[in-house]
Amino acid sequence: MADEIRALSAQLAQDPQSLVFLRLGEALRRKGQLESATRVAMNGLERHPHLADAHDLYARILTDKHDYERAFDEWDMAVRIAPNHTGALKGLAFLYFKVGDIAQAEAHLEQARKVEPDDPTIDQAFEMIRGGAKAAASSAAPAPSAGTLDEARVFAGLEGSNEGLLLIDGAGRVLGGALRDRSGSDVTDSVAAYLAGVSQEAARTAKLLGLGAWNGLSAEGQHGNVHLAHPTPDALLLVVRERGTPLGRLAILAQRATAMARRWLETQ
Amino acid sequence: MTTGGPLDLITRVRGVRGAMLVSAEDGLVVAEQLMEGIKGGAVAALAASLAGRLRRAMEAAGTGTSVFWHLQAEQGALLVVPGGDNAGGILVVAVAEPDVNIGLVRLELLRAAETMV
Repeated sequence: MADEIRALSAQLAQDPQSLVFLRLGEALRRKGQLESATRVAMNGLERHPHLADAHDLYARILTDKHDYERAFDEWDMAVRIAPNHTGALKGLAFLYFKVGDIAQAEAHLEQARKVEPDDPTIDQAFEMIRGGAKAAASSAAPAPSAGTLDEARVFAGLEGSNEGLLLIDGAGRVLGGALRDRSGSDVTDSVAAYLAGVSQEAARTAKLLGLGAWNGLSAEGQHGNVHLAHPTPDALLLVVRERGTPLGRLAILAQRATAMARRWLETQ
Repeated sequence: MTTGGPLDLITRVRGVRGAMLVSAEDGLVVAEQLMEGIKGGAVAALAASLAGRLRRAMEAAGTGTSVFWHLQAEQGALLVVPGGDNAGGILVVAVAEPDVNIGLVRLELLRAAETMV
């Protein structure tokens, strides 16, 4: 592998315009050298911005880095350039599956199978998705509909991204995510309305007690735990998990969700 | 209902600057052990107000009423255990330094709430 990377690097140095960057980037990714792979993919994309394979390569690297939101954008771009790009179709299917949208995941896999009917990895992906769908059906939480994908993408790839995460603005309006109570009813709007008040009160309390700016509020409930944070001064993020999730773990999850929400807000 | 004992145990935790029992309904101080400079009346009023708003949000979210909550800020923290109906709607409140052992304070707050039942 190291010899292959050296050889490919030499080839690319000799001819920076060549498509050998695709093989080099993939070799680096497989070896786990994700920063080097990213540099190679980015340089390649600068030279070949309309090459679907380049977007596919970059998306795979981003997926390895757990940056699923940007990976989605890259695979989406690849499919716009080349609608029958099976790598990108499979990648999108994987991400749809991760946010719980089984129907979209299957639709993308079906499209990939039409292009490459003999590809065994497509059947494997189908099996995985159908196994995941059965597991989801047996749990209390309903899967989100295809229409919720854009909102779910705020937190794409994050544990439980299709439920229990809510992003609102300072006036209590929903920006992304959704919440359901224990009976499965959608409580997104009512919780959002109450949260705006909680945030204002938390800020006032911390300020008047001389504690400086507040940066988080964790609470244990009888049936579930919550963590409230603010990714930007004007936005609020609520993470809700079952009672068994320790507050410390919830805080870590909230930190990740906060970073994702901040990035998403910056692109709006 | 004894109050001095439970508050003693809370304020003995390193990093805790004060502990109080607060009426959740009206935000008034029931008992307090506070370091110099902490305004008990303000802490009580603000903690009760925030507790009320948080309770409504958590009930709407389906998590039930809170049994412990913790406001983290740059220069300190506010930690609260609502005593529940059996404790007459009393909040057990601690004001702490930012690097306090949250787990230990939580345990002492829960213990204090139990003694009020």
